Order: sequence, then structure tokens, then C-alpha cells
Amino acid sequence: MKIIVAIKQVPARDSQLRIAPAGKWIEESDLAYEINEPDAYALEAGLQLKEKHGGEVVALCAGPARAAQTIREALAKGADRAIHVEEDMGALDPLAGARLLAAAVRGESADLVLTGLQSDDLGYGQTGVILAELLGLPHATIIMEVEASAGGVRVKRELEDGWFQHVDMPLPALLTIQSGISKLRYATLMGIKKAKTKEIRRVTAADLKVEAAPASIVLERVHLPERTKRTQLFEGSPKQAAAQLVEKLKFEARVI
Amino acid sequence: MSILAILEQRGGAWNRMSFETLAAAQQIARELNTTAGAAVLGQGIDALAAELAGKQLEKVYAVEHDLLKDYTPDAYSAALRQLLERVRPLVGLFPHTYQVRDFLPKLATSLGKVAVSDAIAHRVDGGALVLVRQLFQGKVNADVRFAGDGPHFASLQAGAYRADQLAAGSAAVEKFAPQIAPGDVRTKPLDLFRESQRAVDLGAAEIIVSVGRGIKEADNIPLVEKLAKALGAELAASRPICDAGWLPMERQVGSSGQTVAPKMYMAVGISGAIQHLVGMKGSRVVVAINKDPNAPIFEVADYGIVGDLFQVVPELVAEIEKSKGS
Repeated sequence: MKIIVAIKQVPARDSQLRIAPAGKWIEESDLAYEINEPDAYALEAGLQLKEKHGGEVVALCAGPARAAQTIREALAKGADRAIHVEEDMGALDPLAGARLLAAAVRGESADLVLTGLQSDDLGYGQTGVILAELLGLPHATIIMEVEASAGGVRVKRELEDGWFQHVDMPLPALLTIQSGISKLRYATLMGIKKAKTKEIRRVTAADLKVEAAPASIVLERVHLPERTKRTQLFEGSPKQAAAQLVEKLKFEARVI
Repeated sequence: MSILAILEQRGGAWNRMSFETLAAAQQIARELNTTAGAAVLGQGIDALAAELAGKQLEKVYAVEHDLLKDYTPDAYSAALRQLLERVRPLVGLFPHTYQVRDFLPKLATSLGKVAVSDAIAHRVDGGALVLVRQLFQGKVNADVRFAGDGPHFASLQAGAYRADQLAAGSAAVEKFAPQIAPGDVRTKPLDLFRESQRAVDLGAAEIIVSVGRGIKEADNIPLVEKLAKALGAELAASRPICDAGWLPMERQVGSSGQTVAPKMYMAVGISGAIQHLVGMKGSRVVVAINKDPNAPIFEVADYGIVGDLFQVVPELVAEIEKSKGS
């Protein structure tokens, strides 16, 4: 089974974000980056499928030069090779991003393309499905399990409110993987060593002959959310803060 | 018509977010000085269409086909492409459900568009619609505008609009029969199922203490159990805690778990990702304990302590016991 896993590099989860002076994007200069957590689960699902059925896992990542770190980590965890679309993604809309990814893998004829559910930065939750449409593949989203079946795969989709559904689909197909469904592996020392010799194909939008299309949505401004509620914060030592909170809950909110 | 609300039903029952989207469509249409309509897809949906006919809408479209009985992204996208061709709305509005997340990006892409997904608010600026959506797990908001000709697409976050503001009226129902062939549908959906009976009904709890990633490891769970016991509360958790198996899935609050609205919701070590907030933001009083002052949970909190939960929670238990004893 040849499996492509699309991964994205995003600011680390605990980053303190500041808005850039032009108000169009965040200040990126002092941020630490890591793999988008939902994509880490997609990679894990891909590696497990390879262990079970054999084949190859190809990590696919679009991002600037710094994304090479995230790609090396994916190779260290067990991806066989990688494709790095070296472009600054920033606030690029998900269709523009997916066009680059689609162009980079069109010649690969993979059996499965996996992505995370959504990105922790832009959070559109659309790249996987858009990529499927661009590649002409059937898709299913929020997948918990993948089993090989006659002529394709049977997947378990998560629906809302505790419901699930199995879906039979032919291959090739694209799946977006639910987060938290398995334990993520760590890279071993051997894996880290091997990663250094693995192939990373670097391409740009120009190499892929992807031209910017007129955007249908425009990100006009980014801003810190206004608080809808005024939060009363209690300060001082943990003991003082706890005492003030209990006082308020008892006499102001009257909930205890 | 320029705003078309595309609503969700399953087996003849509405998804509860559908009427929020309908209310939003009415409100946005009023502000843009235009009209709103609604569409429902499925098979055997006369009763649902008749219900919509009692709302203030220009028209109701009942999109019916045997292949729309069970949801598939291929059939839904094909049917909606044809409906949009017929209706030509400026904006198609959807509830941001799991199902919409599954087909809307496909539909929009097939028309060369990008949907503004999971919008939380809107405003009209210079006669044009501006939508607000969250980036970086709710830490940053973005204002997004549509460019070029319609149809444009947006999906609305659960709870962002109020269904009780829906205006009554009367609308004609138009049946729409899309052309879909069995060969167009590449995936085969099987029956829906649930995995466990829910023994815990968090919906009935008056006080909930909920724990998140900040608790760090399973061995620390008793700390919040003590807090729940002191408050007479049910213990709940955010998704990562249940995924890790530290608490059972049935105690999960959020879009993939239970939706709760207790008298008090105390979030301990929960940053407040969107998926969690939609499950608890209806709570009367929200208390947050978190070490990150910028955690989105503080956006919805009435009371908060910024601090290390391992220091704060034991003190809180002591204070609650003292207060109850007195």
C-alpha cells in the first residue's frame, strides 16, 4: 500500500501570539514550530497501515524552509521519503494550499492519501477534502479505523453525539484521521540516524507550474478576540485566590 | 434570493444546529436588504419542508432523491451543485456539523470557491458581508470577506446564532429533483451505531468539574476527583483525557461528546479549544483554572484563577470544605 500523509508545521500549541503591525497576520519571528497535532495522528495511522500491509509512507509538507525540521521528524518516525513544497504558506487559503499539495503528488499514484482533521493554525478543516476533490478521489472524514476489504477499505467514521458509521470505499481514496485514536510513537535513535539518508524531494510552486488563482475569500484583518464576558480573576497566593473564588461562588454566583 | 440556508436532517429529524443557521440567514438577509430561503435534502422530507414553510422565508426547496436517503459526499455535492445552479444565491449558509465538514469543501472546490468554515459572527460593512472566524484554536480572530461572484459559502459554529430568534411567516415549498446516478456515488455508507450505553448523564448534573491536558498524567486524576466530591459535582473531561483512557469516553464534553449547561462548570487545566467550548458554553457560571492567561477558556469564564492547578486545586478543596462546614 502506498500511502501519502500530508503534514503541516504550525506554531507550538503554547505559543503566545502577537498580531503583526499590518494586522493581516501574526508576528512569526519569535515563534517555535511543531507538527500540527492532528497530522501527527494521520502519520501514525499511515505508519501502522504500512506495518500491517507493507508498502511505503511518503510525507508531504508545504511550508517554508523551517518546515524541513518537521519533515525530518516524520522521516525519523518511519516515513520512507518526503516531498517538501517549499513555499511560505502563511494565511494562504486552503484551496490555494491544496492546489500545491495536489500538484506535488499527482504523479505518485498513491493508494491512500491521509491528512489530519484540521490545522491548529488556520483551522479551516478543509484541506483534506479539497485535496480529494482536486485529485478526483473519494474521501471520508474524521476516521477512527481503517481496515482493508475486498476492493478497497472499510473505514469507521465518527459522527456527532457518540454515533459512528462504517463506510466502504474503493481505493485510491483520501481519509482525514481523527486525533487521539492511537498512541503516537517517538522517533528512535536508529530512526533519527536513518532519516538523514532518506530522500526529500524539494519543489516550488513554479516547479509544479501552479499559478496563483484569484482568491474567492480574503483575510481582511486578524485581531485578538474581545472578551464576551468580563472574567473576574483572583490573584495572590494559591490559597488567597482559592479563598476569594469560593467567597464569590458562594455569595455572588450562589452556586455552592 | 440571496441567502440560502442549507439545513441538515437525518432520518426525518433535524440536526439541532439547523435552525440556528436559518435564524442567521434571516438576520443576514435583513441586514443586506435581501431575502432568505432554505433547502433541505433527503428522501421523504415533506413534513420537514412543511415545517420550514411556516418560517419567514422567500422559498423552501425540498431536494429529494433516493440517493439522498443516506448521506454520501458525492450525492450531496451533486444535488447541491444543481440546486445552486437553479437558485443562484449570493451565499449558501450551512451549520458547521460533521456532515457539512465532510461535503462543503468538496462542493465549494468544484465551483472554484473556498468556504468560510466555522464562522462565529458577521457584520455588514459597505453593503458586503464580513464573517469572523477563529484561528489558532480560538486565540486569534480573523475577519474574512468574499471576493468575486457568488455563490459564496460559509458554515456557522454551533451556538453562534440563536434559534429562538427565528421569525415565523409563510413560504412556498418547491420540490427539486436532482439528477444523480448510482454510479456517481463512490462510497457506500453502512448503518449508524453507538458503542456504549451512556451510564453517566452529564446533562442532568448541576455542577460539573471538568479536567483537561493540564492534569498531565492519569495518576493526577484523583486530585480533581477530590474537587468534584467537595463540590458534589460530576467529573467530566476534555477529549484528550478520554482518548488517553484516563476517564471513560462517556464523561467527555465537547462537539464529539456531550453538550452540557450546568449551573456551574469548573474547567481545570482545559485550554478551551473550540471543540470543547461548543459543548459547555451554555453553562450559567463558568470557572477556569489554567496556567496560561491567554487560554481561550478565559473568554467564556466568569471567574478565573491563573495559576498552577497542582497548587490551586488542593487549596480550593480546603476552602470549599471549610465553607461548607461553616
